[in-house]
Amino acid sequence: MTTPAPDASKPRIGGEVRGLVYRAGGANRIDGIDLALPKSSLTVVLGPNGAGKSLLLRLMHGLLEPAAGEILWDGKRLDERMRVRQAMVFQRPVLLRRSVGANIRFVLRLRGKATLEAVDSLLAEVGLEQLADQPARQLSGGEQQRLALARALALKPAVLFMDEPTASLDPAATASIESIVKRAHERGAKVIFVTHDLGQARRLADDIVFLNRGRLVEHTPAERFFDQPDSRQARQYLSGKLILD
Amino acid sequence: MQDFGEAFRLAFQLVLTADPDLLEIIVLSLRVSLTAVAFSCLIGLPLGAALAIARFPGRPALIILLNALMGLPPVVVGLLIYLMLSNAGPLGWFQLLYTPTAMIIAQTVLITPIVAALCREVVEQLYSEYAEQFRSLCMTRRQAMSALLWDARYSLLTVGLAGFGRAVAEVGAVIIVGGNIDHLTRVMTTAIALETSKGNLALALALGLVLLTIALSVNAAVMMLRMTASRYAYA
Amino acid sequence: MLKNRLTRFLSMSCLAAALAASPVLADESIILQSTTSTANSGLYDAILPMFQDQTGIIVNVVAVGTGQAIKNAANGDGDVLLVHARPAEEQFVAEGHGVERFDVMYNDFVIVGPSADAAGIEGMESAVAALEKIGEAGAVFVSRGDNSGTHKKETALWLATDIDPDEASGTWYRETGSGMGATLNAAVGMGGYTMTDRGTWISFQNKGDHEILVEGDSELFNQYGIILVNPEKHSNVKAEAGQAFIDWILSDQGQAAIASYTLDGKQLFFPNAK
Repeated sequence: MTTPAPDASKPRIGGEVRGLVYRAGGANRIDGIDLALPKSSLTVVLGPNGAGKSLLLRLMHGLLEPAAGEILWDGKRLDERMRVRQAMVFQRPVLLRRSVGANIRFVLRLRGKATLEAVDSLLAEVGLEQLADQPARQLSGGEQQRLALARALALKPAVLFMDEPTASLDPAATASIESIVKRAHERGAKVIFVTHDLGQARRLADDIVFLNRGRLVEHTPAERFFDQPDSRQARQYLSGKLILD
Repeated sequence: MQDFGEAFRLAFQLVLTADPDLLEIIVLSLRVSLTAVAFSCLIGLPLGAALAIARFPGRPALIILLNALMGLPPVVVGLLIYLMLSNAGPLGWFQLLYTPTAMIIAQTVLITPIVAALCREVVEQLYSEYAEQFRSLCMTRRQAMSALLWDARYSLLTVGLAGFGRAVAEVGAVIIVGGNIDHLTRVMTTAIALETSKGNLALALALGLVLLTIALSVNAAVMMLRMTASRYAYA
Repeated sequence: MLKNRLTRFLSMSCLAAALAASPVLADESIILQSTTSTANSGLYDAILPMFQDQTGIIVNVVAVGTGQAIKNAANGDGDVLLVHARPAEEQFVAEGHGVERFDVMYNDFVIVGPSADAAGIEGMESAVAALEKIGEAGAVFVSRGDNSGTHKKETALWLATDIDPDEASGTWYRETGSGMGATLNAAVGMGGYTMTDRGTWISFQNKGDHEILVEGDSELFNQYGIILVNPEKHSNVKAEAGQAFIDWILSDQGQAAIASYTLDGKQLFFPNAK
């Protein structure tokens, strides 16, 4: 038992968005999305470039303000009390200019519980315990992303947002990120995972949210999505064609 | 110009013989300017960091004002502090005029805008990289400020250095509030001004060379620290 | 009561704040507002240690132009004033800033210029006539222009001529607005004439090819006076220590000390306390 499991008294949060709109550069980049995510699943968000995957993630995490619509977690509007129970890992890890261990200690201290054991167990969880005293920014890309993930886990998140975390990593590093995410999910975290990589989606997903041009095209269980997608766009996407409408 | 050759000869002689008067002047210069740097960092760094991350109406105007204050003429600062500390002034009862403390105050006023304005730039740049991550972590302003200041620490060394350079080289402020009193408030720059006014151009130049050497050593030390830091990707 | 406590608190924090706060407060010390001409001549370096040895009182000299010295003293920023501009000194006392004025010593002014002497004033006995000749020739004359004692003296001499140098300001009449040393540096640099006190001239190290051209005119007499800043007007004044210094410098001993100071074998100041 390394990473502490989420408190059992806190139920897994189900996320819901209603009529969500986000505008930028004079256009609706998120254009009226309604979506309800199950409490316990590992949701993968798929879609072509510009579909609005990362925007949806940022809106649901409260990093961006929607132009219209509601974001609910557990039936309540997203607020700071909810946000502290969420964590996000970005495509490019933003690490502090400090040692590996200090990066973990930093977030533990934010939540007021930095113990040596906690730092060690988190680093062990992501396989970085040997590198605790190394400067964080000198790690390889895969190691940096693992550290970012350990930092996210240090928050004991009920919801874990992953924004294409393995986009620039090699297969070995990707595998290690995936297994850490799966373990976190098994321990009870709701995971929302944006990726471009269909293989990764097949390996991880319980359910698939498929976006195109800022709209929700379909939200289906993973098996069905890959065997018999409901929408023409998803079929085109899965068969490697460009979606032009 | 034989003054140049003479100046170098004198400079070496002063340094090699560890002239006690010179030593006293150097020590006071460093004490006054380093203390002023410490205070202006204490004030200017949090101010700069706050300005870097806060968004409020009037912020651009405040930034312009701060940048403009970087160009405060030392004589004006000296005069203002003199008027404050003079026995006829509002703070006269502190009896600080013509003391090193007065010089520290004047230099602190002079360089705090420099430290704050440069710190604002450094921290704002770093914050553009960290902002989203910090928001994700639900950090308060205060937490963000202190984290940014710490992560920018090696860049901020250069900021402190800029303040130190300005403080140790200025003469206008310290000569007014310090009075250039021998063995009490005489520093490198006021000594140079005095020797120039006595027509001792070679000695003045020699003192200038010593000042330059001190500035060079401080700069080199900070640069080495930064290079070490960037080797560890901390800078 | 509260103000006292606040004062003490603030002073303490200020002192604590300034790691560099000087221990000068431990010894008794006074501030002497004086002129660059006396300080640069080296006189104080020679005589002040004698006073300190006898009394333990440290005299801290702030050397600025006479105008600024009087202004500083009028603000209460000094205990004793030693300058050379009699009318201004008397006004200082009349306004209640000073207790009483005493003659201390004199030296004299000289007119210096390039040895080539384009205006041909060398050896003239009348300073006023010499200035007139400079003005007529349009030769460069460098003035302090800083309201100092020397500047006031120079202005008075010009008034006695038929020339209004202010009209020529910026052409041949150049006002530096600086101390004596800076003005001498400028005069040497421009090859111009200037008026300086003899003490500063003798101790000045950057004479170039300039030399004394006019001297000895009684008009060039330069009287120094000493005044205790009025403690009734400025409560911070250390009247006792300040008076001790005045008593000493006016005493036979202090006067002898002034007379004994020489530079390059020449006596710079002539004591004349009554």
